[in-house]
Amino acid sequence: MVGTEVLNMEKGKSAEQLAKEQREVSVSEFFERNRHLLGYDNPTKALLTVVKELVDNSLDSAEDHRVLPRIWVVAKPKGVDRFKIMVKDNGPGMIDKQIPLAFGKLLYGSRFYKLMMTRGQQGLGASGAILYSQLTTGKPTTIISSTADGKTSFYELMIDIKTNKPEIISHQVINDGKIWHGLKIEMEIEGKYIRGERSVLEYLKETAITNPYADITFQGPDGKIEFKRGANKLPKLPKEIKPHPYGIELGILKRMLNITRAKSLLSFLTNDFSRVGKTSAKQICKVSGLNPNLDPHKIENHEAEKLFRAMKKVKLLRPPTDCLSPLEEDLLLKGLQKEINAEFFAAVTRPPSVYRGNPFQVECGIAYGGEIAPEGSVKIMRFSNKVPLLYQSGDCAITKAVATTDWSRYGLKQSKNSVPVGPAIILVHFASVWVPFISESKQALAAYPAIMKEIKLALQELGRKLSHYLAGKRRREYHIKRKKIFERYIPVVAESLSHMTKVNEEKIKIKLEKIAEEKTGVVNEQGDSEEINQSSTQNSE
Amino acid sequence: MSKETQKKLINLAHKIVNEINHGVDPYLEIPIRSLTNVKWNEKDGLLRLGEKKSKRYFFNVAYARKFMQTLLIADFCKDLIEENIHTSIRDMYYNLKRTLPDTKENTFETQDESNPIIVDLETNLDTLRENLHLLADRKGIVAGNVKIKDRGDLIDWSKLGSGGWSIPSVVEDIKFVKVNAKFVLVIEKNAGFERLHEDKFWQKYNCILIGTGGQPARGTRRLIRRLNQEFKLPVYVLTDNDAYGVYIYSVIKSGSMALAHASEQLGTPSAKFIGLTPSDVKKYGLEKFTIKATDRDIKRAKELLNYPWFQNKEWQREIKLMIKTKRKAEIEALSARGLKFITETYLPEKLKKKEFLP
Repeated sequence: MVGTEVLNMEKGKSAEQLAKEQREVSVSEFFERNRHLLGYDNPTKALLTVVKELVDNSLDSAEDHRVLPRIWVVAKPKGVDRFKIMVKDNGPGMIDKQIPLAFGKLLYGSRFYKLMMTRGQQGLGASGAILYSQLTTGKPTTIISSTADGKTSFYELMIDIKTNKPEIISHQVINDGKIWHGLKIEMEIEGKYIRGERSVLEYLKETAITNPYADITFQGPDGKIEFKRGANKLPKLPKEIKPHPYGIELGILKRMLNITRAKSLLSFLTNDFSRVGKTSAKQICKVSGLNPNLDPHKIENHEAEKLFRAMKKVKLLRPPTDCLSPLEEDLLLKGLQKEINAEFFAAVTRPPSVYRGNPFQVECGIAYGGEIAPEGSVKIMRFSNKVPLLYQSGDCAITKAVATTDWSRYGLKQSKNSVPVGPAIILVHFASVWVPFISESKQALAAYPAIMKEIKLALQELGRKLSHYLAGKRRREYHIKRKKIFERYIPVVAESLSHMTKVNEEKIKIKLEKIAEEKTGVVNEQGDSEEINQSSTQNSE
Repeated sequence: MSKETQKKLINLAHKIVNEINHGVDPYLEIPIRSLTNVKWNEKDGLLRLGEKKSKRYFFNVAYARKFMQTLLIADFCKDLIEENIHTSIRDMYYNLKRTLPDTKENTFETQDESNPIIVDLETNLDTLRENLHLLADRKGIVAGNVKIKDRGDLIDWSKLGSGGWSIPSVVEDIKFVKVNAKFVLVIEKNAGFERLHEDKFWQKYNCILIGTGGQPARGTRRLIRRLNQEFKLPVYVLTDNDAYGVYIYSVIKSGSMALAHASEQLGTPSAKFIGLTPSDVKKYGLEKFTIKATDRDIKRAKELLNYPWFQNKEWQREIKLMIKTKRKAEIEALSARGLKFITETYLPEKLKKKEFLP
């Protein structure tokens, strides 16, 4: 159970606290034993995971710093199943002494014990990659960073698995006078490069869609590929929020009780949770039968359980939703348009909603026609907090929502409860401070009813936009077809009439074409009503 | 007549050009030729076209093609009249058939497409195809003591050997020089015609013998009417004993739905039916030589029962007998009683006793 314990702590726990509470070795050891849970099951997936963790970090840091992200990614083959991976960003960089802690220690990060809509939600990302690198190649990772202070830090790091502490192989600070900010991380790993559906390239392409304000350059085995920036606007900065009592789990509550600075249960409830005021806090205490003045650090397990149950019973306001930072329709459209060659695009952003006390927001987009292959199932692009999800598609709430939406009424072919067929790409973005993944590899969303409902509502709205477009397209095609019919016969009619009346043929033709233009230019739904429906006999006598 | 038709064609073209010049969707007005607009006139015993018309607009996907085709034919006929030449409707079809530029579409795909357009034009202009210088496919032969002049040639219908005179599609300009006959006998089948011709039936009984070869062509129907109207000759019709035979008689007598606009030129309301009737089968002991009627025959016979001109006790009795016995018989069934039975016994007896159906 060590593993689950550790992973449950992802939400709201500082590394220091963690270290106190647990044997520190457990983290790194756990990783070593369970790397498949973290996306390092095989060399193919591992290569993708390393790139993904590093790029996600880079995007987060640039966005935090409010600069338009500029990211370089290099994957250079180094013999059989071996790659050198380099990721560089234009984020704020990291101060020299923080670097070993940030990268040389698992579950250390700036994101513990706060809920915020960010890509990486726990401190396993980059350090996990470093650990994987050293496990498979035995080599240290190079980190170079500057915070625009004229100095550049160079580190070669490894992680001491027994102690979960950084092991500095080499360290240098050079006063080179260069003013730049950002971070460059370079490591060698065991990996396999593939093309297609679950490749690094696909991940970067999808990332480019939901991060259209980022400029991404990829130098891979197939050459250099650039994903150019398509928008110069960052989404609003997500706000941190405190956990809401409805969204909390017992384990986390126990740990929060342990580490809180509050001196009484009452102030613990009002200070460490959102939407809990004095009245609600008193009510929680009353329902749980606990004294509001109890020292939270001294609450016993069975008391914590009572508290836990009481928290769910008391009526509270829904958590604030301004902590979310969706892309919004405009950026979503820009992302789709710049990476996909299609004839029609649409995007829908739903208002924020709440599942189990966690605010979340769903948005989706569609690209239709153009160069998208008309055969086969519609491609579904899944995202959580702007990060593409490439694995476990079948288990994901997004895929289930797409399959259980009736697309036939919106103009796509579909057999019952399966992904529709047609020249379309459907994108769904799930944004939340706490993404409910079904497993630790963070590739599929859990299908909570509230989440399914929101995704389906978003898809239906998207479907309506698609069907509106398709109806218009059919109408336009009908009118073009109609016009073509007239245009085909006009020369014959003009010739016959001119021959009979001696009126200039060209003149008749031009007049007829003008009428054709008027008759077919405007959309006239009843264009072809019959004066009298006649059925003339076809007998030849 | 043709000159008048030519004028109508040109006027139609001017009407359309005028509409086009005013930026109006041009149209053709065509009387409707379906049950809803064709009625039997009890007074003259003919099928007549009613007043209902449909407007075929060019800028209507359903009619654009027909509109184009109508003008093609109109233009073609104007030239025919101008140059005073005639051509068959088949020849016209081939003349006008061509592929529209940059398409796989032809002006006409089959003759079935051009034939009804001719009727459209006839009805629109209130004229006949003869006046458009179009000739229907010719069918039908005639023999008898008659001399005529056709395009200046003197033709004696009694001296044309075994073949008889082939009736042209336009008989309007034929001049009758001498007509020596007491009645006209119309036979549905050319084989029957040949039998009677060989037996010199027309000579013995002083009549004009006409073979229609199935449903009579316009020229044949017009000729029957002219002989009936101009020389007051009674017309007797001999067909197979089946629904189709009765229908042929009906067309000769009252006209057809499709050509209702021309009934006055083509119908002979005073025509009588000589045979073969269902009751003849029993009377002449032909039961063994009958054929089982098909479901379609019976269905058709039931329709005949409702025709207004068959609303008399004789026809009702005969058609009901046809439906009841579910049998039909060809004219040739009479040969069971000897090859010359038809000429020596059957017809003479019928004529003598005036055993006709109205």
